[in-house]
Amino acid sequence: MFSLSRKDLAALAVFAVVVLTMPLWLSPLGAAYPGLMQKFAIYAIFAIGFNILFGLTGYLSFGHAAFIGVGSYTTVWSFKLLTMDIVPAMIFAVITTGVFALVIGYFSLRRTGIYFSILTLAFAQMCYSLAYSVLTPITNGETGLLLARDDPRYLDAMFGAQANIAGLPQPTFLGSSVTGYTGFYLCAAILIVAFYVSQKIFASPFGMALRGIKSNQTRMNYTGFNTKPYMLAAFVISGMFAGLAGALLSITDPLAGAERMKWTESGNVVLMTILGGVGTLFGPVIGAWLIKYFENIFSAINTNMLNNFFSFLPDGLQNVVVTVLSKFVGEGWHLTLGLMFVLIVVFLPGGLVEGFHRLMARLKRRRGTPGGVTSVQPAE
Amino acid sequence: MSETPPNIILHAADVHKNFGGLRALSDIDLQIEEGKTHAIIGPNGAGKSTLLNVIIGRIPPTSGAVVFDGTVLTGKAPYEINQLGISRVFQTPEIFPDLPVLHNVMAPAFARRDGAFRINMFRSVESEGEIRQEAEDMLNDIGLHGRREDHAGSLSRGDKRRLELAMCLIQRPRLLLLDEPTAGMSRHDTNSTIDLLRKIKSSGMTKVIIEHDMHVVFSLADRISVLAQGRIIASGLPQEIKEDPRVQEAYLGGSVE
Repeated sequence: MFSLSRKDLAALAVFAVVVLTMPLWLSPLGAAYPGLMQKFAIYAIFAIGFNILFGLTGYLSFGHAAFIGVGSYTTVWSFKLLTMDIVPAMIFAVITTGVFALVIGYFSLRRTGIYFSILTLAFAQMCYSLAYSVLTPITNGETGLLLARDDPRYLDAMFGAQANIAGLPQPTFLGSSVTGYTGFYLCAAILIVAFYVSQKIFASPFGMALRGIKSNQTRMNYTGFNTKPYMLAAFVISGMFAGLAGALLSITDPLAGAERMKWTESGNVVLMTILGGVGTLFGPVIGAWLIKYFENIFSAINTNMLNNFFSFLPDGLQNVVVTVLSKFVGEGWHLTLGLMFVLIVVFLPGGLVEGFHRLMARLKRRRGTPGGVTSVQPAE
Repeated sequence: MSETPPNIILHAADVHKNFGGLRALSDIDLQIEEGKTHAIIGPNGAGKSTLLNVIIGRIPPTSGAVVFDGTVLTGKAPYEINQLGISRVFQTPEIFPDLPVLHNVMAPAFARRDGAFRINMFRSVESEGEIRQEAEDMLNDIGLHGRREDHAGSLSRGDKRRLELAMCLIQRPRLLLLDEPTAGMSRHDTNSTIDLLRKIKSSGMTKVIIEHDMHVVFSLADRISVLAQGRIIASGLPQEIKEDPRVQEAYLGGSVE
């Protein structure tokens, strides 16, 4: 029941190693601090979930950030009302988001194509605006939902675990704090589980049915599949992943604000998935890491750093190079990202994962040709 | 009328279909006997495909009803009709172009076994040995086993048609509807498709075939109904149809090859 094919098992092992050794390979890239690596893991979970909907069924949701927001608010409320332990918080976040996704999905999935996308966008914008206005008692409006020392925390109170130390209480996992590297490894572990779940879905008859819907919905209907509940299930599962990501955002930094539901956030996850490779296992993760890296590291490069880096060049040349490059870094990181996105969509419609496969195929061909036997393809 | 009452598996009773002012089908009364191959022939625009679409639930009839083995099909969704045991081959092949050929055949087998909806997230397609074997056997039968790993979209038109037929056959339907199953096929492919359809004829599956190709019709059909201008003008055994002067006048142009 929990087994994987040999190929998937190898992929999972590689993925786990890559994720857990993040502090090592990210340090030369200047990104090896826990706060950022947490974000890498969290947005990878978000993108993996999004890919279950978009990658498998082809339905493009433009409102997935709403689920991040719902997950965040639920988590902070669980901290405020129940306990600072993260397990109930995550469970509640996933369940609440699932219910939200069920409602939004039920209505949105009555339409396909662009109308579906617009409906999801409308729902997400509605959540965003409501969080700022009518729902202020729940969301605390612009300030965002924060923890307070005098929150009731009924469960904690019941077990007498009320900490009376100064300052705000911290989220805990079975009693131990989840800040710094603990927080990162928590997110990393959950990311690995999320990747495994997505592998299971990809390899299951359920996943095959979702791919069938993307490929030819008419044939699915005439083959005896009731496609509506399949779509709804995919939508809800993918929403739950987003809710989990939202919960982790609030666990690693216990506050929740409406800006997480903004439409640009929904757009970001679309970019991540397309950049990495729609419908592939690794693609969304790679895309998420790339975008988060650009957003946090590339945007922090300034003219001074460029000057230092190119100080080996003669003065005049150095000035030219630095002036040109400075347009692409710092605040100009959007420009670099945009160009990269355009290049990838035009030349590698399958995203970076397709690029990787092409590269491997080319290498294999080059290695195979001299032998002449290994690369024989069956005649078409 | 034969002496023992035949078992009617499908009955289209008093079916009318208007598209705006156009009368596409009028006064259709069609009975399909279980286990027989029933061909529906007629000139272009006679309403053959409309009739098939009404039967399968793609188009609701203006009036009348289609009854399959005691169940009224009118108003049912396509997937419900399929789950009752009716599969359909389309005029232009409807396959899953982005899936491997093998998965194209496995998916319908899952629909047959698991019903219209099941979240079986924790099973894997690879470990479904029985269904995989069945699908591979089916691909062997239609000569596509060598292409099982390829995307179905890369197949030739004739191969796509045969794949679609395999996708229907693996469901072991009680009634198979074929809308010009050999259109666009070479003579060689047509003959191999006829052989394949003959093979399944012996398995007792009921088939309704819409076809232009008289060679195909007379090689396969046990019964023939002739449709012209939305009406059934004749129905009977192939020999009777061949000799019916009204049919020759309306459709066959005076003679049959």
